Parts: sequence; C-alpha cells; structure tokens
Amino acid sequence: MEGNWALTCKRPRLEQRSRIVQTIRSFFVQRHYLEVETPHRTPGNAPEAYIDPIGSDGWFLHTSPELCMKRLLAAGYRRLFQICRCWRAGERGARHLPEFAMLEWYAAECDYHHLMTECEELLRLLVPSGRLAYGNRNIDLSRPFERLTVAEAFRRHAQLDLAEALVAGHFDEQLTLHVEPHLGQLQPTFLTEYPTELAALARSHPTRPGVAERFELYVAGMELANAFSELTDVREQRRRFDIEETLRREAGKPPYPVPEKFLAELSAMPEAAGIALGLDRLVMLLTDAESIDQVVAFPPELL
Amino acid sequence: MLSTSDLRKGTKLMIDGEPHVIVQFDFTKPGKGQALYKCKLRNMISGSLFDRTYRSGETFEPATLQECDMQFLYRDESGYVFMDQKSYEQVTLPEEALGEQKYFLVDNMEVKILMFGERGIGITLPNFVNLRVTQSEPWVKGDTAAGNNKPATVASGYTLQVPSFVEEGTLIQIDTRTGEYVTRVKE
Repeated sequence: MEGNWALTCKRPRLEQRSRIVQTIRSFFVQRHYLEVETPHRTPGNAPEAYIDPIGSDGWFLHTSPELCMKRLLAAGYRRLFQICRCWRAGERGARHLPEFAMLEWYAAECDYHHLMTECEELLRLLVPSGRLAYGNRNIDLSRPFERLTVAEAFRRHAQLDLAEALVAGHFDEQLTLHVEPHLGQLQPTFLTEYPTELAALARSHPTRPGVAERFELYVAGMELANAFSELTDVREQRRRFDIEETLRREAGKPPYPVPEKFLAELSAMPEAAGIALGLDRLVMLLTDAESIDQVVAFPPELL
Repeated sequence: MLSTSDLRKGTKLMIDGEPHVIVQFDFTKPGKGQALYKCKLRNMISGSLFDRTYRSGETFEPATLQECDMQFLYRDESGYVFMDQKSYEQVTLPEEALGEQKYFLVDNMEVKILMFGERGIGITLPNFVNLRVTQSEPWVKGDTAAGNNKPATVASGYTLQVPSFVEEGTLIQIDTRTGEYVTRVKE
C-alpha cells in the first residue's frame, strides 16, 4: 500500500497551522505574556452544566486550563498564555473535536474590553491584508469589530426576545439556530453582556443588573472565543459553582470535588480578564477550511 | 434505545413506525450551552427527505432491519437486482434506494440487503471496492508537490479526486462509505 494520501493532502494546511501558531506565540511574547503549561489531568474542572469531561484514572482530563491559570494569576503572574489540548466528551461535528486545541490568555488589572482590543490586534497580525476570505465571504478585519449585546442580537435575529427565551429554556436553541448564523459575516462580531446565569465565572456588570462582563467572538457565524472579566468574589464564585455542580449531579454526571485550593487562592487574585479561543477553528478561518477535520492531521475516527 | 450520542450519518431510526436513515448530520453547541443535533433524515420506505433537530437527553428507537446476504446480479429498467445465494430468491431495489452507492456496485459483489418485510429498502456495501480509472488527465511532469490531486472517472461513471500520479487504466481502491480514494491496487 502507498502512503496515506488523504493525510498527504493536508500538508498545505498543516504547514499554515504551524506558521499561525508561531505568529500567535510571537504576538504574546512581544507583549510580555509568559507562556505556561499546566497539567492536562486534574482532580476536577470548574463545574459547568453542559461541558462534560473525559475521565482519567479517577481524575479528569481538563476541559479548559482556567482553574490553574487563575491560580497562577493569584500568585502574582500578571500576563499568561497557554496553548494546550483540551477534552470535552461527546463533542464531535464539523466544528467540534472531543480533543481540541485551545489558546487561553489572562491579563491582570484589565477587563474584557482589553481582550476585545487584543483579539482585534491578533487577528490583524494573522491577516496582514485586513481582508479575510472564508468561503464566499470577504470579512473586513481592518475596522474595529462589531460590538453587539446579546439582547440586541436576539431582537434582530431570534424568534423570541431574550427574556422570553431564557424563561422558556430556549436560549441555546435560539442562539445556535437563529442568531449565530448572522454573526461575524461582514466583520467579526463581539457578542457582549450575557445574562449572569450564563456566565458562571464572569464578573457582574457594575451598572447593568443581571448582566455579566462576558463576550463571545464570532467570525463567519462561528464561535471563536469566549472571554470574561473574571469573577474574584469568592463567596459568589462558590455559590455559582454550587449551582452548576448541582445541575451536573442531577443530570447523573460524574461528581467533581469542590476546587477548594482554587477558591482559597481566588481571594488573592487581582482584577483580571481571561479568554479561551478555539485554535482549530481559528486555523479553519485562516485556511478557508469548512471542516475542523481539514486542519488536524488525525481526527479520532482515523486513529 | 439510542441516545443523541449514537446519532451520526448512517444511523437508522424508527419514526412513526417507519425506518429512517440519517443522511446528513451535524453537532452544534454553544461553548457553554446545550448541544443540538441537526439531522437530515430519509424515510427509507417513501424516500422523502426532511430536517430534524434533536436536543441532548432525547432517546430514539433503533430501526432494526433484517439483513440478507445477497449477490448483485444486474441492472435493468426496474432497478438493481440481487439474489440470495441460498434460496435463489431475488430482490429488486429502485435506483433511489441506492443513491451514490450505485457507483460502487460491481457484478457478483456480495452485499447486505436491508429488508422491511418482504421489501428491499437499502443496501450495505463492503467498505472498500476496486474500480478502474477510465478517464483522467495525464500527469504533468514536474508536478511533484505532495498532495496534488486531479479528478478521475472510474468505470461506473463516478468521478472523484485522486493523486496526480494515478493514470488511466489504473485499478484503485475506493472507500464506499466516504466515496474517497484510498490507494492504487497492485495487479
């Protein structure tokens, strides 16, 4: 048998992927971010009702490195980034792999507006022409990206307004089926001001009750990154973890231990903002790939 | 019962007492939110296509269809004719029931016929089939870059992408589940 030709054909995208990762590293290093590595296998994740872990010998593969990243912030590391693999059980589709690559970065004494600016600068560095060709779209990166609140996005695109969708339990369905496809089509969109109950680790907005300082970045209808002004109120954090963990256990999911070390150190954490960006999806956008399978050498089905 | 994690292209479900097959599937999920499973389904009896979106927690009755080992005999105006090698009973499937699979049928190929009562409503092919390239542009000398491809048509009339070094007359192996080139076959 000759070599695996389908794998050979991925070479141009895998070469571009390697260059993209190098550019990302240089972006953060120039800004004095420290690159760190935290354990992939941990006793438990930050509890979230709809993110399921993969077990590993009594512990869990991490679904995101956020708890360890914030413990580093609390210990005085002011600018941090990490490029790592994360695992989420059952997530497989044209934009999902159960094992995927994540870029996370955190900045002390900043809020989520700082991260919006950095997203704009990072994407412009990766696309020097300022025009991103993806499918039949031509997305303008040169102007400030669109800022759109969740409430306004629902008014424009959903079948229900935001309050109705929340009460009826149809928020995710409306967002996925009716709102997301419209976002980030002409220029990237920051979807901002999430309802507090949808932002377990985000700080509440100082002047707008019921709203958290969380945004998601969308490009070409694709969710690319999720960011918060981080919650630093230990009691509030414990309360929100309890709510999420109760939901998880009611759904029969494997229990997480309460992340006591994280909660204890959280009181020492400075005001900070943090963001998680799907690296495979970013590579999809930059290499004009329709499926996440095209930007990784080995999707799980081919192992 | 099946759960949403069993849904994928090719999964067969009973809906309103009739077998359906998922012909297109996508998993979507807001990072922090609930998953949705978007399916295009084909009613295996009527052939009609429709879209359905399912949410986590829903359950499904699997369509357990009787499968019969049969051999492909020939094609005529009524459709594709298969025969059970033991009972010599014959079953005819209309072209619509095969879709793209018709391109991967080779004379005397042993396949599984999915039965609904006495009726053949679908077919399971071997995972790989060998077909000869009948038409493809010649290889351009000097074009040695890895992963270069070109279209080629095989004996059944099916067109697919192949590596540029594959020439007319070459026997190639195709994955019948994806319709993609796998390798050249040594003769």
